[in-house]
Amino acid sequence: MDQIKCKCGHANPVGTMLCESCGRPLELEIKGEASFPDMRYEGMARRSQTYSRTIIDRIWNYFSSVKVAIGIIVILLVASAIGTVFPQQQYIPVPAPTEPDVARFYTDTYGKLGTIYYTLGFHNMYSSWWFVTLLVALGTSLVICSLDRVVPLYKALSKPRVNQHKSFLKGQKFYGEAELSPETDTAALVEAASAALRKRGYRIFRNDQAMMAEKGRFSRWGPYINHIGLIIFLLGVLLRNVPGFYLDEFVWVREGQTVAIPDTPYYVKNVQYHTEYWKEEEMAQELDLKGGAIVKSYQTDAILYLNKNADLPGSTPDLVEIKSGPIVVNHPMEHEGLALYQTGVQEMQLGALNFVLVDKKAGNKEVGPIKLDLYNVSAEQQVAEGVKVRVLDYFPDFVMGKDGKPATQTNLPKNPMFALEVVSEEDNTSEKLVYLSGSVITGKEDSRYTLDFKMPDLIDISGLMVRKDKAVPLIYFGSFIFMVGVAMGFFWQHRRIWLQFHGTRVMLAGHTNKNWYGLKQEAGSMIEQVKLPITIEDKSKA
Amino acid sequence: MQLVQLSDWLLDIAFVLYVLASIVFVVAMTGKNWAGRDPKQHELKYGRIAYWLALIGFIAQTGYVVFRWVAGGHSPTSNMFEFMAFLDYCIILAYLIIYRIYKLTVIGAFVLPLGVIMLAYSYVFPKEITPLIPALQSYWLHIHVTTAALGEGILAVGFAAGLMYLVRTVPQDVATKSTYWLEIVLAVVMMLAGFIGMESTFSRLDHKTVFELSKEQLNFQGEMEKMKVEYTLPAIVAPEGSKIVQAGPMAPLFTAPSWMEGKDAARKLNTMIWSVISGLVLYGALRLILRKRLGAAMQPAVKDIDPELIDEISYRAISIGYPVFTLGALIFAMIWAEEAWGRFWGWDPKEVWALIVWLFYSAYLHLRLSRGWIGAKSAWMSVIGFVIILITLVVVNLVIAGLHSYAGV
Repeated sequence: MDQIKCKCGHANPVGTMLCESCGRPLELEIKGEASFPDMRYEGMARRSQTYSRTIIDRIWNYFSSVKVAIGIIVILLVASAIGTVFPQQQYIPVPAPTEPDVARFYTDTYGKLGTIYYTLGFHNMYSSWWFVTLLVALGTSLVICSLDRVVPLYKALSKPRVNQHKSFLKGQKFYGEAELSPETDTAALVEAASAALRKRGYRIFRNDQAMMAEKGRFSRWGPYINHIGLIIFLLGVLLRNVPGFYLDEFVWVREGQTVAIPDTPYYVKNVQYHTEYWKEEEMAQELDLKGGAIVKSYQTDAILYLNKNADLPGSTPDLVEIKSGPIVVNHPMEHEGLALYQTGVQEMQLGALNFVLVDKKAGNKEVGPIKLDLYNVSAEQQVAEGVKVRVLDYFPDFVMGKDGKPATQTNLPKNPMFALEVVSEEDNTSEKLVYLSGSVITGKEDSRYTLDFKMPDLIDISGLMVRKDKAVPLIYFGSFIFMVGVAMGFFWQHRRIWLQFHGTRVMLAGHTNKNWYGLKQEAGSMIEQVKLPITIEDKSKA
Repeated sequence: MQLVQLSDWLLDIAFVLYVLASIVFVVAMTGKNWAGRDPKQHELKYGRIAYWLALIGFIAQTGYVVFRWVAGGHSPTSNMFEFMAFLDYCIILAYLIIYRIYKLTVIGAFVLPLGVIMLAYSYVFPKEITPLIPALQSYWLHIHVTTAALGEGILAVGFAAGLMYLVRTVPQDVATKSTYWLEIVLAVVMMLAGFIGMESTFSRLDHKTVFELSKEQLNFQGEMEKMKVEYTLPAIVAPEGSKIVQAGPMAPLFTAPSWMEGKDAARKLNTMIWSVISGLVLYGALRLILRKRLGAAMQPAVKDIDPELIDEISYRAISIGYPVFTLGALIFAMIWAEEAWGRFWGWDPKEVWALIVWLFYSAYLHLRLSRGWIGAKSAWMSVIGFVIILITLVVVNLVIAGLHSYAGV
């Protein structure tokens, strides 16, 4: 059986609730139900309500249910809230480089609850497989719910019926009828009612004995449009997992340094970094900052280069300047979708150590200056005529290794150690010196040379985040479509008013998807203008 | 400097006018059946006076917003005080709009007191205009925060109407689950009022209790010193492992459990205990005076209002507020986050809670539109929704630290 035949003779598709031709309720007669069917799709057949034989039907039906959609929303909501009880791993305030460190952080800081939180994986909730699965399920539900309903809605809206069946009118929440005197000119009444409603912006469909006024039909598409917007948004989010669509890097660049940006042909140079503070005269009010200051800007003056040899592995970089200018918070440097953000800074870091070489044997005579660049150590430098200093060994972050040999913990010059050799060409002697933690150790007791400390060079190291996110335009586009959809659906309403004459009986019914108050006011003022003797009954109150 | 003064005065004037408007609104609703009065005339007359008081208050607050904006050079939405005051401004604006549509006096009787509480709450925070830190220096501060606040303001009107619906319809002749929960909602409102009352009284009295913690921190002179915590309210709970440097009006009764993290955790717990106590005292006193449930006492004032109309107002406010909230708190927020932090979404607690609010109201709309949840169910959801908004605005900022934590109380 693929069709249901109505009394009027029209053959309707299976699942239809109101006859497509005359509007008589079909299901009502089959099942003998007392209540009138849901009005949302004017009784058009919906796939999910019609078939349930194959597994695809079942899955379709499952995800087409708004109940299921709401269930997914609520689970997501609760999970999201739980994820904020303790900080997510990316936001924990202390460095925790290894997994046991992370576990210890949660246990030490939050006790037993913290341990449970960590064990359940809630510290990485939003990227957990089940959270992502929920998001995918929500997306599936969005697609299927929309498709399941948009087809019948389209059918219903494209065929507005002037001559709705009597039982249809009576079934409306907003309904009234009255007896007219036999000499009433019904055609004139229809005309007057049409004119009154047309003034209110209604579109009129009519014949002599009946009229349907409709407005804001387009608002019915709102929900579908906003769901399409959400689907586009979610697609945008998924696209970021495609290689090349999303790049997330971080580089530390000290002043004067040029570094390669990983996974790109670009290089960035930090020309200069500086932090600016608000001056007192710039403030609107005197503030008691207790000796502190408020930062006005973090700024890196940077130059972006393109390496023209990037495609030739092993070749020396051939840098071409592309862009230069400041990078400040909220104003990244952008080039063809690549953006550099001012994200962090290490200020006043040791850049170079400055010394003066002193000749003790010549009455503490200053021989000449020595500069030891901690990032770019030159093996040998001329201090004065005939005197050279060689760097024999350099440990940027010195520790005594377990084997008793000196070693470096990191590549950062946190605790620099130098082994130097002073070579005097005049008498062909050489002498060894060691610099460590602010002191100089000489090789011999009665050494000839020593070092005098001068102010070291301090530099700022700027932390730049490098991002490329090609999916962003799509995500914004999806958001825009969503907004258009919700605005259509919520700021306008689909209102319909039916007026029919059956002999001397007049029937008036109204329907809207939202804002009954507005519909009542419009219908009420029409009734008043046309002087219909109808009082509207509001069935929801009964 | 003078502009700042002027804007402060205007805000004070607005506050006083909102208080007066609330009182007149309550008189308009409760005084209808006083002897020798025509109830309709009475409601109309006092309702109109109250509406005008609210409107003038709103104009004064507009002056505050404008002058403070000019004086500070940025929209007054950059710290907790400014934000709460601005949210209050949006609530009143949303009220004025909804009132123009429905012309119903009773809306004001619920929204204006809410406005008074929100504005009073903002006064608890430091009021100085502070220059903007780099992260806030963007025109998105004006766009994102103001739109989000407007959305939340409109949703707050949805809450007020929902609460009104419950007061109107929950049967009060027998005690039920509904009457119980309605009383809890009202008691929580009392706690908020109690907190504001306590905090503003004690900050004037200057009865501080100062604790010294065992933990040390670097001060601005670059020296290590013991951390200090200052209580405005009398101390019930002392921070763990602390000693009193300056004694307050009472000795603490117990110490905070050690799992409570952060320098200010014990102080926040102390504040919360006082809020609960003062709220319960207020609630208890009212119950003793009225000799019935608060809901039962309020019901007669709203008994001749069409519940379906209030239901629709609540829904209307939410359906207007939802798109505005989405735009301000999620979409504009994403665009700004992309520009400031290089990612449009980072699961920062504030972001997550904005998403939770959005998901909750999405559930509300789906339940209402497709599962027929109207009336009481819908009203309860509008109340819960507002509680989630308050969690997002207050708890997340003050308790859960994140990228959004303002300097505040």
